Amino acid sequence: MNHAYDISHFLAGMMLVVSFALIYQDRLLALLRTFALQAIVLALAVAWQAYAQERPHLFITAALALGLKGIVIPYALGRMIAKLGIHRDVEQVVGVGLTMLFGLGLTALSLMMVLKATASASSLAREGLAISLAIILLGMLMMITRRNAVAQIIGFMSIENGLILGATGARGMPLVVEISVAFSVLIALFVFAVFVFRIRERFDTVDVEALDRVRGDRR
Amino acid sequence: MKAGFLIALMEQGLQMFIVLLIAPAAVGITRTVKARFMRRQGPSILQPYRDLLKLCRKESVIAANASWLFRAAPYLIFALTWVAAALIPTYAAGLMFNWAADAIALVAILGAARALLALAGMDVGTSFGGIGSSREMMIATLAEPAMLLVVLTLSIAGGTTRLPEIATFFLDQPMVVRVSLALAFLAMVIVALAENARIPVDNPATHLELTMVHEAMVLEYSGRHLAMIEAAGQLRLVAYLSLIACLFIPFGMARADSSITALLVGLLVYLLKIVAGAVALGVWEVSIAKMRVFRVGEFLGVAFIFAFIAILLSFLTQELLG
Repeated sequence: MNHAYDISHFLAGMMLVVSFALIYQDRLLALLRTFALQAIVLALAVAWQAYAQERPHLFITAALALGLKGIVIPYALGRMIAKLGIHRDVEQVVGVGLTMLFGLGLTALSLMMVLKATASASSLAREGLAISLAIILLGMLMMITRRNAVAQIIGFMSIENGLILGATGARGMPLVVEISVAFSVLIALFVFAVFVFRIRERFDTVDVEALDRVRGDRR
Repeated sequence: MKAGFLIALMEQGLQMFIVLLIAPAAVGITRTVKARFMRRQGPSILQPYRDLLKLCRKESVIAANASWLFRAAPYLIFALTWVAAALIPTYAAGLMFNWAADAIALVAILGAARALLALAGMDVGTSFGGIGSSREMMIATLAEPAMLLVVLTLSIAGGTTRLPEIATFFLDQPMVVRVSLALAFLAMVIVALAENARIPVDNPATHLELTMVHEAMVLEYSGRHLAMIEAAGQLRLVAYLSLIACLFIPFGMARADSSITALLVGLLVYLLKIVAGAVALGVWEVSIAKMRVFRVGEFLGVAFIFAFIAILLSFLTQELLG
């Protein structure tokens, strides 16, 4: 049992570290590869939960995570970046250092909060919930601080990675829900892709700051 | 009673002198490994000893406007670094002065040595010394918090800030996968590279004006003063290697009250660890390029982030299992 905890702790911790790497990374292609890495670690974590908790249907979730988010989505986003011709750096609203400090604060906050709120749950579930909340908040932080639309999509997807991690630690998430979430993310990707290309057509950039110009009452 | 006291004193003395003896050899091994990777013959491993001897024999030139600090600093730096290196448990955990081997005190001693070096760099008033000192302090302000966090991560696990007790605690534990320890290890390695002026942060082999940090501060020194500073640098490298070995791979270290054979095994394993560390440093240095000085902050920021995540995760584990 302790062994099971150790390995799931290791994998969840790795996911948290990769989340920080996502915030730190400011080149789009490298960002994409980091995201793929996070999905692969997620697949490993979910597969380990499936094995440790003897819930074989979680293997399907792991396969979905690996196939969709480890391979298909990074590939699709890579094509998108290539088509848009944006291999340049990602611009950011605040500096990396400040964002990282914010991220550390958010992580500490979510750990403290979940540990206080779920005192009666099993240690595996508490661990999963604490780290998944941290990953979700870090994904949101990334969506706030990035101005590039593709980077924001990656932030959104990493939020979803956090959700899956939390759901597998806690018992009770039915397979149907997981599959539908996985596919709605895929649909979201298509919507995002269309949206990004439209932004680009209209404003000649994927910097969402350009959207501010649409609002008449700016500053 | 008296015999026991003498033996304890000898064991502590052995530790103090062994770090002093192997320090130049560790640097020599790193240089040889680098040279071999560049397909050069490279100097002998004993070359650093010969260099120190040569410097001691040479005349020491001191600038006319140098103050007493300039002359005293090399000896003080050497003494402080030696104390630090001698306190870190190397081959055995139960030595005489173990009560003093506190991690926070250790960081303070090394910090004092660095502050003296920075002051000495500015003393004569050359522009290079000033640049070197200011850069050194920039690196220090970023590296020291990260190092303290690493130490605290291990202290949370071990329940004490005393290095020998932390080492013994990890010796007694079964082998476990702990992501917090792995992160703390990475952070510690980054801090060690920065503090020892090794390659991604500073290049110890050049005197290029734009990039040098450590060398810029000691530019004014010569003769026996330079020998002291060089020896202190070598001791610091061994101190950091021993610290990493003691905290993260304490295997083979003799415990308190162990037999002569255990001590000998501990000594042998310790020497092997230092050789392995020196070789790894050489391989690392030939495989990457030096960073711009202004990117060092980011590099050390990574160490800080890793150390902080490590502390959060170890706190989580403690809450859930402890």
